[in-house]
Amino acid sequence: MSGHNESILREPLITGKNITYAKITDDILMPVENKPNRAWWIGFIIALCGATLWVVAVGYTFWFGIGAWGLNKTVGWAWDITGFVWWVGIGHAGTLISAVLLLFRQNWRNSINRSAEAMTIFAVICAATYVVSHMGRPWLAYWVLPLPNQFGSLWVNFNSPLVWDMFAISTYFSVSLLFWYTGLLPDIATIRDRATGLRRKVYSIMSFGWAGNVKTWQRFEAVSIILAGISTPLVLSVHTIVSMDFATSVIPGWHTTIFPPYFVAGAIFSGFAMVLTLLLVARKVLGLENYITMFHIESMNKIIILTGSIVGVAYLTEFFIAWYSGSEYEQYAFINRSTGPYWWAYWMMMTCNVISPQLLWFKKIRTSIAATWILSIVVNIGMWFERFVIIVTSLHRDYLPSSWAMFYPSWVDVSVFVGSIGVFFTLFLLFLRVLPSIAIAEVKLLLKSASEQAKLEQIKEGHLEKEHVAEYIESLEKFDSVKQEDYAKI
Amino acid sequence: MNNIKYILGSFGDPDEMMHGIQKLQDNNIKIHDVYTPMPIHGIEAKLGVKRSRLDIAAFFFGITGTMTMLSFVYFAAAYDWPINIGGKPHFALPDFIPITFELTILFCAFGLVGSYYASTHLFPGRAPRVMDLRATNDRFIIAIDAKENAEHSKIDDLLKEAGALEVKYNERKYVSYE
Repeated sequence: MSGHNESILREPLITGKNITYAKITDDILMPVENKPNRAWWIGFIIALCGATLWVVAVGYTFWFGIGAWGLNKTVGWAWDITGFVWWVGIGHAGTLISAVLLLFRQNWRNSINRSAEAMTIFAVICAATYVVSHMGRPWLAYWVLPLPNQFGSLWVNFNSPLVWDMFAISTYFSVSLLFWYTGLLPDIATIRDRATGLRRKVYSIMSFGWAGNVKTWQRFEAVSIILAGISTPLVLSVHTIVSMDFATSVIPGWHTTIFPPYFVAGAIFSGFAMVLTLLLVARKVLGLENYITMFHIESMNKIIILTGSIVGVAYLTEFFIAWYSGSEYEQYAFINRSTGPYWWAYWMMMTCNVISPQLLWFKKIRTSIAATWILSIVVNIGMWFERFVIIVTSLHRDYLPSSWAMFYPSWVDVSVFVGSIGVFFTLFLLFLRVLPSIAIAEVKLLLKSASEQAKLEQIKEGHLEKEHVAEYIESLEKFDSVKQEDYAKI
Repeated sequence: MNNIKYILGSFGDPDEMMHGIQKLQDNNIKIHDVYTPMPIHGIEAKLGVKRSRLDIAAFFFGITGTMTMLSFVYFAAAYDWPINIGGKPHFALPDFIPITFELTILFCAFGLVGSYYASTHLFPGRAPRVMDLRATNDRFIIAIDAKENAEHSKIDDLLKEAGALEVKYNERKYVSYE
């Protein structure tokens, strides 16, 4: 800390002039301490309509049973599990950012971890609703727990990946919630100490009495690093187990050992895309351009290229192995995937997940906000199609040609999915209003070392190599929050 | 009779605050505690806060989770109601590794965070013991017990010399109870 300068070659993580500790607090708490603007209300009303649709569609499913969905006896698993895996995948970026990037000491995580973790929690809630609603008798959902057998049944089948999944998702949800909430305590205390009246009372209860003394802070950091250490294997295990729901079955197209790493890469890929979709809008609407900078956007785009390419290699490997295995069932499953009646879904997946993310190799595209935002949505669409392709095309032509069938979603299928997006955005928009969307304390840590103003001071002091300074100033060109004129004199 | 309970040195910069701590300690003035809006690295060594043992606790909570799941699944699958599935072993260990792992993490995380909350007295509804309301915003506060350290003017000088923006004399220990 004390007087330790960060290398000038590193790009700044906080931009803007005259940023003080007080200004960081004011900027980040602006949406929490003021009345929402019109953009928020429009978004919230649309999201709330979606959430209402979800309530109607899930209520309809509960009342009439899952016959309300478009399933048939050949395709017995379709939109529900597609939606479930899609949401769980999206949920992976939050923990990845907060845990893995903390272990690797990537300081740029400090300003995006809070909202990414919130996104994780809401995405896992959406995923969990699919699990409950596809049970047919959701009031018996507690039967998945290993309860003693007074119910007249056996213990749950501990050999089944569906039971493992129950353990994995519930552990993941509760540990993410703990991690997120513990990190929120100092920031809730900040809101509390600035509020009055009832607001202060409510935030006081939520702050658990945080005062920010030395011991609490020191233990806080110890807890964060241990939680990061255990969450890293946890996040990898969750999607591994989700992939085992398929991989341990003997359906051609599912029965592959490549699934765990392939699903984990896909999950990170879609999770980062969703983080970008949300944050690019949030930084603009909430005016957080100085804290979520072009460097953050570019870094996330780089992770998207990496994981998108891993996913692409996995698609090709699957195809190669289908041919190489010599198993005609496996071969047919893949030929049918790419050229059969669902060819359009397969090529949709290939285009959105493998081809279009490669555009991010171009720096112009990677540092353009509009292009990044569109590509992030393309990736989300592609990842939904990936799950649809894996699930539906592997099932719809089974071993007896007489039972071959197509899957057509009913209005309930579509409404549950669209509605779950509404639920997700409703929760996220409420979060932006009541809790700080950026970890205030963690961003303050960066102010004296990694901010643009600290680096400018370093340049003004001299003692730096000219080429390094030139390289640094050049790297600032892409920042939409930096004025290049300020550097013209230097 | 002097009613001052605590003297607070309010700094706007963490490095100046560290300098202040050094100055006070050089003059044998005992520091009650320091309140900051963010973690300050290296401060715990200066103030003699002992190394956290939460990592050891976390390990044992984790091991407890491992043992709990392994013994429970042994009880359920091999003792209470064993099922013959094609003559395969009842206690099929590889199958139980995912759930054992999950329970290890679950116990470790809840045990760790629970011990953290207990050891630092954090729980919902606890009255916040705040000495200065800006300590969670933009000020770095050094608190000195005024009864134990009688030379108030010297403390005042030392704090101001180190760069304190303000020195407060609080007659109540915690302002947040008002």
